[in-house]
Amino acid sequence: MQHKVIDAKDVVIRFAGDSGDGMQLTGSLFADMSAIFGNELSTFPDYPAEIRAPHGTVSGVSGFQVHIGSDHITTPGDFCDMLVAMNPAALKANAKWLKRTAMVLIDSDTFDEDGLKRAGLHNDPITELHIEDRTIIIAPITSLTEESLKDSGLDRKTVNKCKNMFTLGMACFIYNRPMEYIFQYLERKFGKKKPELIEPNKKVLKDGFNYAANIQAIPNTYNIEPAHQPKGLYRNITGNQATAWGLLAASEKSGLPLFCGSYPITPATGILEELAIHKSLGAKTLQAEDEIAGICTAIGAAFAGSLAVTTTSGPGLSLKSEALGLAVMTELPLVIVDVQRAGPSTGIPTKTEQTDLNQALYGRNGECPMVVMAAKSPAGCFDSAFNAAKIALEHMTPVILLTEGFLGNGSEAWRIPSMKDYPKIVPPFAHPNKEYKPFERDPETLVRKWAVPGMAGCEHRVGGLEKNHEGVLSSDPVNHALMVQEREMKVRKVADYIPELEVHGAESGKLLVVGWGGTYGHLLSAVQDAHELGMEVGFAHFDYIKPLPRNTEEIFSHYDKILVCELNSGHFVNYLRAEMPQFNYAQYNKVQGQPFLVQEIVSAIKQNL
Amino acid sequence: MPRYTFKEFKSDQEVRWCPGCGDHGVLAALQRALPDVTEALGYSKERYVVVSGIGCSSRLPYYMNTYGFHSIHGRATAISTGIKVANPELAVWQACGDGDALAIGGNHFIHAVRRNVDINIILFNNQIYGLTKGQYSPTSRFGAITKTSPYGTVEHPFNPGSLVLGAKGTFFARTLDSELKLTSEIMLSAAKHDGCSVMEVLTNCVIFNDGAHKLIADREFRADRTIVLRHGEKMIFGKNRDKGIMLDGMGLRVVTIGQDGITEDDILVHDAHSENVGIHMMLADMKYPDFPVALGVIRDVKDVTYDDGVRDQVAEVKAKSKIQCVDDLLRSGSTWEVK
Repeated sequence: MQHKVIDAKDVVIRFAGDSGDGMQLTGSLFADMSAIFGNELSTFPDYPAEIRAPHGTVSGVSGFQVHIGSDHITTPGDFCDMLVAMNPAALKANAKWLKRTAMVLIDSDTFDEDGLKRAGLHNDPITELHIEDRTIIIAPITSLTEESLKDSGLDRKTVNKCKNMFTLGMACFIYNRPMEYIFQYLERKFGKKKPELIEPNKKVLKDGFNYAANIQAIPNTYNIEPAHQPKGLYRNITGNQATAWGLLAASEKSGLPLFCGSYPITPATGILEELAIHKSLGAKTLQAEDEIAGICTAIGAAFAGSLAVTTTSGPGLSLKSEALGLAVMTELPLVIVDVQRAGPSTGIPTKTEQTDLNQALYGRNGECPMVVMAAKSPAGCFDSAFNAAKIALEHMTPVILLTEGFLGNGSEAWRIPSMKDYPKIVPPFAHPNKEYKPFERDPETLVRKWAVPGMAGCEHRVGGLEKNHEGVLSSDPVNHALMVQEREMKVRKVADYIPELEVHGAESGKLLVVGWGGTYGHLLSAVQDAHELGMEVGFAHFDYIKPLPRNTEEIFSHYDKILVCELNSGHFVNYLRAEMPQFNYAQYNKVQGQPFLVQEIVSAIKQNL
Repeated sequence: MPRYTFKEFKSDQEVRWCPGCGDHGVLAALQRALPDVTEALGYSKERYVVVSGIGCSSRLPYYMNTYGFHSIHGRATAISTGIKVANPELAVWQACGDGDALAIGGNHFIHAVRRNVDINIILFNNQIYGLTKGQYSPTSRFGAITKTSPYGTVEHPFNPGSLVLGAKGTFFARTLDSELKLTSEIMLSAAKHDGCSVMEVLTNCVIFNDGAHKLIADREFRADRTIVLRHGEKMIFGKNRDKGIMLDGMGLRVVTIGQDGITEDDILVHDAHSENVGIHMMLADMKYPDFPVALGVIRDVKDVTYDDGVRDQVAEVKAKSKIQCVDDLLRSGSTWEVK
């Protein structure tokens, strides 16, 4: 039959299944393929902490949402146009994310009595979940895959693992995706190790495609034209990968070898794994015995003259607190990347939040200031990591870079930059055989000089005890007060070296929407939607939190009210209240382990106008 | 290269340990050993880094005119590891106490030993927390009465030697704070050893644990209650050099030469380079009164070091990889062009 082909500006597809169903792979292949096709995109992996949670249960559902479009895409989308549900639990967990017009593809083989029971559903899940008005495509995916591979000689378990390819084939038909990229992927993946799996996977993929073409149940297929992106070479990149690469870029631009001391922790581990691959760029990675050793080996490496980095997530940052103080006291350059996750304690390790801001700003003993920054998108992690390293090295200070699980695991298409467009990084090295006072400061920046072991004539001692400018131990009250003040001022003076705050939308008026970190895409979309609805508001997003951009106060003064939106209970708004109490602040907060929905922000804007 | 003397390694800082503290002896031994190390290994002074944690002994870096890092409690080993891995050309020395290295820093300590990071750890063992004024440590003897154990401890101590050997340590030596010459000699051996060298110095805290090692360290009976082990030499000790160690079944036995038909030929010859850790473990475990306490280099075996391994792997990958700069990296893998 003829399917109606509809041109769509953008679509959101959510692949959901059991945590062993390969939905993360299916989703990322679909995303990669769309990126190469030329679409703009944003992805959101949403998976449980368990590697294989109890089979068929709602808590074990793993989802991967991908938003593709022919126009600018800034979020993975609130609601989906198509849901692929590989079992009843996946349907139950995701029914609430369906648009009114959504299409649902379900594997009917899993909707037996047992499957429904495990998901806590009854005989008629479609009615029970109130989705009768959606287009439901019921396909026996498991048995079709088995049929497709009946002559392949593969065992049942292996055959079962191929059913995600059947689904992907169907999705390729529905969204008119060329499958060439998947073929190449399969050849790359199985080429050397398991070449016998290449053809069966290709066959299932093609059978899925053809099945979708032949059944009558699919009313429409969709064209999503390539986006009009600026010319250039593009790639898909996740936030963790971009963070690692940004650090490598800083290593190259500073001429200092990269050292990363880290302990594996979700969702930050990907950065350590990525750096461990790129030894060809001189990166040394040390998988430490614990979080404390991670940061302490990095501090040692900083003392020895490396670009030193430690990567972690919230609970790990807690463990590193004392050592962060040591890095502040010794005024050594150090980058600490915190890929935030839902807390407190172990919290919900695979879910995203912005709840570590207070910890980053205040979570140490003594007066212990350091630079705090945040990345705003997966690809944006590259520049953020580069800038974090640049500030750390040039201002002789630890820098905390906050990213989020949502950014670390999420991906987007990225126009590949050229390193010639990035600035050189010039640390304030001391000169050998000249008189060296370890804590003598540059009068402008208050930055001390860096003498590293091996530099003749600059032998000196650093440590956690208070010292004077000469580097001699001192418990003199006046000296302590001076050093406390200088360490704080040194960090504040970084404001002279960071970009000013920019405003999108209205440059003055009733309301300025403010955010920081990974909520950028959602807030930008919301402000654009608000504009279309006739609400004139401004939007300012912070990449630098301590210090704040120099023009912050000036910008805030143009609005009656500042609405601060963040994925915590109000860390940033309270920080702003303390720094600039003269403004009228309102706040919108969400602490559910999930990103914002654009529509939530639009409502918040409406309520605050 | 000029020959350094101990004076060049002395900083201008006033040494603030208590008069009579055993730490003075260790500092003096190190300042005397480093000119020899420098000459033997062709180092220059700016390559030395002395690292410490927190505690009385951890003040040591301030008294050395070298690069120094007085860090935080327990973390010296992790900081030393980072320094050495970042720049394997540096000669890293570490001062730490029994509480610092074996309680709060126990994890870093065993892992540095396991990884065989080429650092030289001087473990000051006075069996007490001195800087916090007299609480028991993980090496305090069972039953020790201290401020936090007024009725005696009810926990077994670590023997640092067995801990190091149990973690497959490649170098372990023991000395006394008052044995300046032996300590310097051990420090030279440790410096020459490629890998993690742990030197336990039995130190005396005159204020909070005076006489902790008295039963073996007192001049009066030191020769009879300790044995200085030297590679290739017979394990003979005693004021009259008439006592020795021999193998007895699965264990060791103290014998008197000339009694019961025992001759010098029956006495064990110390082999610090033996891969087999069994006898080294027994030697490290010897306790008074059944045995003399072993001093000297108990184990010194070759193995690959962690810092070399990291450096070599970087070089190997670099030689093979197509990715030689960040621009290569950014353009690697799947990309597409928008025209």
